[in-house]
Amino acid sequence: MNYSNRYIVLFAAGLCLALSLVVSTIAVNLKDIQDANKLLDKQTMVLRVAGLVEAGAQPTLEEVATYFETIDTMVVDTTTGELSLFDPATMKIDPRKDAKAKDLSKRTEGEWAKKASIKSIAEKQLVYLIRTPGKESVVFPIYGNGLWSTLYGFFCVKPDLDEVVGIIYYEQKETAGLGGEVENPRWLAQWPGKKALTQDGDLLVEVVKNGKVIDPSTQVDGISGSTITSVAVTYMLEFWFSEQGYGKALDNIRQAIS
Amino acid sequence: MVEYVNLFLKAAFVENMALAFFLGMCSFLAVSKKVETAVGLGLAVMFVLVITTPINQLIYDFLLKDGALAWAGYPDADLSFLGLIAYISVIAAMVQIVEMAIDKFSPSLYASLGVFLPLIAVNCAILGSSLFMVQREYTFTESIPFALGSGFGFFIAMVALAAIRERLKYSQVPGPLRGLGITFITTGLMALGFQIFGGIQL
Amino acid sequence: MSKTKKILVDPLHINNPITLQVLGICSALAVTTKLEIAFVMSAALTFVLVLSNVIISLLRNAIPPSIRIITQLAIIASLVIIADQVLAAFAYQASKQLSVFVGLIITNCIVMGRAEAFAMANPPGPAAIDGLGNSLGYSLILIVVAFFRELFGSGNLFGIEIMQTVNNGGWYNPNGIMVLSPGAFFIIGFIIWVQRWISPEIQEETN
Repeated sequence: MNYSNRYIVLFAAGLCLALSLVVSTIAVNLKDIQDANKLLDKQTMVLRVAGLVEAGAQPTLEEVATYFETIDTMVVDTTTGELSLFDPATMKIDPRKDAKAKDLSKRTEGEWAKKASIKSIAEKQLVYLIRTPGKESVVFPIYGNGLWSTLYGFFCVKPDLDEVVGIIYYEQKETAGLGGEVENPRWLAQWPGKKALTQDGDLLVEVVKNGKVIDPSTQVDGISGSTITSVAVTYMLEFWFSEQGYGKALDNIRQAIS
Repeated sequence: MVEYVNLFLKAAFVENMALAFFLGMCSFLAVSKKVETAVGLGLAVMFVLVITTPINQLIYDFLLKDGALAWAGYPDADLSFLGLIAYISVIAAMVQIVEMAIDKFSPSLYASLGVFLPLIAVNCAILGSSLFMVQREYTFTESIPFALGSGFGFFIAMVALAAIRERLKYSQVPGPLRGLGITFITTGLMALGFQIFGGIQL
Repeated sequence: MSKTKKILVDPLHINNPITLQVLGICSALAVTTKLEIAFVMSAALTFVLVLSNVIISLLRNAIPPSIRIITQLAIIASLVIIADQVLAAFAYQASKQLSVFVGLIITNCIVMGRAEAFAMANPPGPAAIDGLGNSLGYSLILIVVAFFRELFGSGNLFGIEIMQTVNNGGWYNPNGIMVLSPGAFFIIGFIIWVQRWISPEIQEETN
């Protein structure tokens, strides 16, 4: 059966139209629900890494709101180190989105930025001060390049910033069973109690190659078979606590949470 | 300039598409019986890679990414969810063109490649290259040596395997292992060898 | 009846997509480190393969040959994106697991390979069965490989400890190669050995 050129063009156009209509309609209509799911997931992760909810427990929207009554979300200016309270009504800050906006971001430099493959970050970042009695801590968002994807997570430390409370990853597309093990509770369980930062803001904790832990107070055993993702965790922590990330704000944060 | 050479070398050896990332395995294993066909497919893959990765970079930069459509007056548009379908369409279009060209200029190659010629369109190595380019935020000029390196790495991996398989023809391989079975084991050994490149920072 | 049975049963052994047609290899390496993941991927692929075979088969006489590759891909990609979007809205945790595989399913040679080799030339009924048969054949290999990789690579099955590893205070020293991709290559090689020993008619003449 010979297809005329006119038919081919019409068929292609028709197919494109039909498919794009279906996919876009579904994507656009579901976007709000998906965004709500994403936000709830992210907020749950903050609660989880700070030890306020158990791993595996999924709090409802109302429960999350209750928890967040004793949590202060602070805006960190990474260039000056200044803190201010985040007011979602008046401030439009989305560090992930802003990293790509020319006027709201700054280019990175240095070895850690290169190793974590972070080219630019938003000037203003958000940090969470957990004021829940008995569980006071600070939650820092972190992200960096793994092997296949960018890993997004939270790093939680005690108010003096000297001891790790926990680390958690909520978005990554690493190889399931290898790099993807950064979400495995057993690997994450190594982190609480490790030494986090010195008074000068130097990072002490690091992930070493699987089986090569010499000093358990500062070293986390890497994931077997997944050196690159394991090492990537250290790289992103080094970057985010350097002077380009949260480094300048650390003293202000210590003051604010105490 | 050194940066670009580094990108090329890294993509070709340290992060070899076939033997380090294990992408493009189907064609890699199925078409490596003879060095001739392997060269043909390897060159086709390399060609498609080098053309599609930079094009996809432009599409991402000017059409899809968050804020990309600012030049058209839609600074809030974020069309990155269309990424996969856009890149694969570009790749499929290129493959269709390559298929027609090979059919015209080398019918014997066309016949020996069989179903694996259209399957270049779903070769994970080609899509993977575009996805890496997006994820690592390469610029247009960076995407070119990267694509060249990825394609070249895939090409030599294929030809190397084909060369080994042609040699294996003279070995006494037990019936059930002949052909595909021994190829899998050989590739496993080659992959083990390439582990030495793992994590090298250039 | 027996023709339909043949379409369904052949891909399990004699015409297995992974061990004979050489399709779907990349995912067989990437998702077989743990049994749980292998199951999720198998379920996802079954859904996409059956639907794509049916849709392409329904359109088979309308698709012009000169744009058939891109047409097939557009349909396959749309199906996968829709599945991903719907899950992200209504089963967020499951979609988090699946979104890693989204790219892998669109480029899974089995979906495209069966579209080209079967759906384009057969009516929707047999096309659906062919999709189901190939998915089952694919899932079978995935599960066998994942079984060995998880058991010998980490001492677990489905995350449940079977052999306690040295790291957890036990006796078993996990086999590192099983966790890496070369391990998967070797296991598939041995599966092929067993399959062709059972059925000599699928042995190859030469290397």
